[in-house]
Amino acid sequence: MSIDITVQPGSTTINKTGGWRTFRPSTDLEHCISCGTCARVCPENCIKMTAPLLPKEGLGVVPKPKPQTDYDFCKGCGVCASECPVKVIKMELERK
Amino acid sequence: MSKPQILEGSRAIALTIKNIKPSVVSAYPITPQTHIVEDLAHFKADGEADYEYVRAESEFAAASIILGASATGVRVYSSTSSQGLLLMTEVIFNIAGMRLPVVITCANRAVSAPINIWNDAQDVMTIRDAGWILLFAENHQEAVTQHILAYKIAEKLNLPVIVNVDGFVLTHSYEEVSIPSEKDIKKFLPDYQPKNGTYLDPANPRTLGAFATPADYMEIRQELHDDLISALPVIKDEYEKYNKAFPSLTHPVSARGGSTPLERGIIDNGLLEYYGSPRAKTVIVAMGSVVGTIKEVIDEKKSSGGIFSAGGGIGVLKLKTFRPFPAEEIIKILKDVGAKNVAVAEKAVSLGYAGPLYLEVKAAVQGKINANVKNFIVGLGGRDVTREMIRSIIAKAVGKGGEVEFVGK
Ligand code: SF4
Ligand code: SF4
Repeated sequence: MSIDITVQPGSTTINKTGGWRTFRPSTDLEHCISCGTCARVCPENCIKMTAPLLPKEGLGVVPKPKPQTDYDFCKGCGVCASECPVKVIKMELERK
Repeated sequence: MSKPQILEGSRAIALTIKNIKPSVVSAYPITPQTHIVEDLAHFKADGEADYEYVRAESEFAAASIILGASATGVRVYSSTSSQGLLLMTEVIFNIAGMRLPVVITCANRAVSAPINIWNDAQDVMTIRDAGWILLFAENHQEAVTQHILAYKIAEKLNLPVIVNVDGFVLTHSYEEVSIPSEKDIKKFLPDYQPKNGTYLDPANPRTLGAFATPADYMEIRQELHDDLISALPVIKDEYEKYNKAFPSLTHPVSARGGSTPLERGIIDNGLLEYYGSPRAKTVIVAMGSVVGTIKEVIDEKKSSGGIFSAGGGIGVLKLKTFRPFPAEEIIKILKDVGAKNVAVAEKAVSLGYAGPLYLEVKAAVQGKINANVKNFIVGLGGRDVTREMIRSIIAKAVGKGGEVEFVGK
């Protein structure tokens, strides 16, 4: 037996599984209302809401978090697109 | 070395397992293997053994328990039959795929329906592709030998082994048998010491049985296949070492004089045994306890003269190792004895085609020897295989045609 078939715990993500995707979600961040639904429903847990930047002194506005999709693991299931309340996620045919 | 005793086959196996000292035993009772694990439970209850005996709610659980225990780097044991083995199937594949050196006994029994608790080899044939080494014992002493060998080979190669014993015929019959002592076994089979990082250990966390993508799966499966094939010489080698360690226990009685094993009509190694005429026109290929009956027929023909004579002789080629399949060894013996008719007699059938052993033998000798290869299905569901039936198989083996035949009486 020369192949080591035991692995380090937590090393599953070494295998990038995004290649299984046929459709690719593309998010229109400009019209996204930052509700966070897509991140909560993604079964692959591959959408992260980016942390809001701290307001610069005197700026007065807190920038809203935006979804960021990790295409290394997104399988293109389309759940995010179908759940987005303002329909800003479009599923497009993946071209490699 | 312990003295020969008259023991039930199941008890002989249980005593051997006790002396092999597994750390975990788990099983679910099913006829005809029950006596084995009953005995093991008794030893534990009586304070004669210190393994963990884990009672399981099914064979699926029992197999999973020994899989998990083996993954922690300890020696394990289970035993099953028929539907029990089928219920284990998923785990059986996992044990081999995870390269765990598990040893189990299969007391071979027919598979339902109709329900039948008696002996045939259909159960184990169902999992022959799972990646296990499959050994078949002819008698009690050989069952003892094969269990000790099984652990040695399994732990050396990280391959699991099933030792097959015919249900009832071996498990419930009494025969003279010697059980090597714990001390003697330990000399041949040292304590199991898996390499660091290959088993579950809180101090050194590893994941076992993780998934493999298309990028790796094929190589891992091929390695399992290649390692099984390369187990052939190891099984032979370890059997020789076993013979040296326990000289009184393994050598079959010499059939007659002669300077080479074949001249004496006997070839015996870890993969197979040949018994009969050094020039045999007809060779029966078989596995398990039925070989004893075939030897009887050969002996009776021998004493009536003729059968050992040149040209018209008869022999039996007993396979002890079915997986990995010793194709080269089989071809060599059939060539050496000059077989013209090869009769594969077996207690299983791949429904819709032919017997699994026949298919292997036929494929192996194809284009290598010029002989009629025929298949005789016998003894399904505990049907007695009589000397009369063996004689009729020998007669039917001659000539072409009628390749698969059920011989029921
Ligand atoms: S398509 Fe599916 S996997 Fe990909 S980001 Fe959306 S919900 Fe997650
Ligand atoms: S569900 Fe739609 S609106 Fe809500 S965060 Fe995701 S992309 Fe933006």
